[in-house]
Amino acid sequence: MKLVKIISWITLISFAVIQFFPVDYNQSKTIPQTDFMIVNKVPATVYKTLQVSCYDCHSNNTFYPWYNKLQPVAWYLEKHINDGKKDLNFSFWGDYSDRRKKSKINSIINQIESGEMPIYSYTVIHRNAIISKSDKEAVIKYMTSLKDSL
Amino acid sequence: MRKVRLTAIMAMVLISLSSMSCKDTKKENNKDNHLHSEINQGKMDISNSAMNSNTQNSVEQKVLTNYIALKDALANDDNANAKELGIILAQSLKSFDSSGFSSNEKLELNDIIENATEQAEHIGYSDIAHQREHFKILSKDIIDMVAITGTKMKVYEHYCPMYDNKNGGAWLSMNEEIRNPYFGNKMLKCGEVKREIN
Repeated sequence: MKLVKIISWITLISFAVIQFFPVDYNQSKTIPQTDFMIVNKVPATVYKTLQVSCYDCHSNNTFYPWYNKLQPVAWYLEKHINDGKKDLNFSFWGDYSDRRKKSKINSIINQIESGEMPIYSYTVIHRNAIISKSDKEAVIKYMTSLKDSL
Repeated sequence: MRKVRLTAIMAMVLISLSSMSCKDTKKENNKDNHLHSEINQGKMDISNSAMNSNTQNSVEQKVLTNYIALKDALANDDNANAKELGIILAQSLKSFDSSGFSSNEKLELNDIIENATEQAEHIGYSDIAHQREHFKILSKDIIDMVAITGTKMKVYEHYCPMYDNKNGGAWLSMNEEIRNPYFGNKMLKCGEVKREIN
């Protein structure tokens, strides 16, 4: 019983201590002119889906509910955001060449179609990020038409 | 009773700590991003000026040779080998220099190389299904590159209409014989010769 008590104290204290370690919050005050939503005329439903299900890790603006500011959740999230932005950053969409946009759209369609994105480790907490079947179809249809227009 | 009070204090300390640590780093973020993009810019400048046009021809050959080796690895369903070759291909793409070309070609080549490098890097760490997805995009890049640079080696453009939900996928090969990199052993012979390039 004593051991349990010690362990739970240690856990509690280390949880408190790691709150001091800083995190780079992925938030910028302005939305750049190169943002996907500004470069393209995005229909309202697709706009909402991308914003809720993709933009947290694939743009320069993450929405941070309180639990995302707690460590170690914030660390975990930070890594995901960095990886996500490296592969696709909607905030800099306008900077990609047409060739690159097409590649990105191909990957977007493939990943959403197969259900790989948004990833499970994200949707397990962010339940509202799960894309419904009809929204999925809308996004894929929109992305396909966008690709053909490039 | 004492226990309850202790827990309550602990909880309050925790909450205040976590709200303190939230404020720290917003400012640094932007500065950091800026720095990163500067570093990347620097890297690009070096690779763009380091080569001269005499060595360029062999770089193109190297890209093509590495690409074909990657194609063979995928046709052999060899995920590990394809990873290694993806990394090697990305390296050879990075040493590509478009300065000897006309300004239009240069623009297009730079786009091609940038896109192809990204695909090759992904192939360097993905499972085989993903490798093949990226290989399809990569193949288009390399075919477009060869259309501009030309090639000393004779190559064939092959096409499999079945891949990617029947959207099809093309690739380049040194041999006329079809060895399908998109399906590997499952449908090794699926495909057709579209044209010869030399």
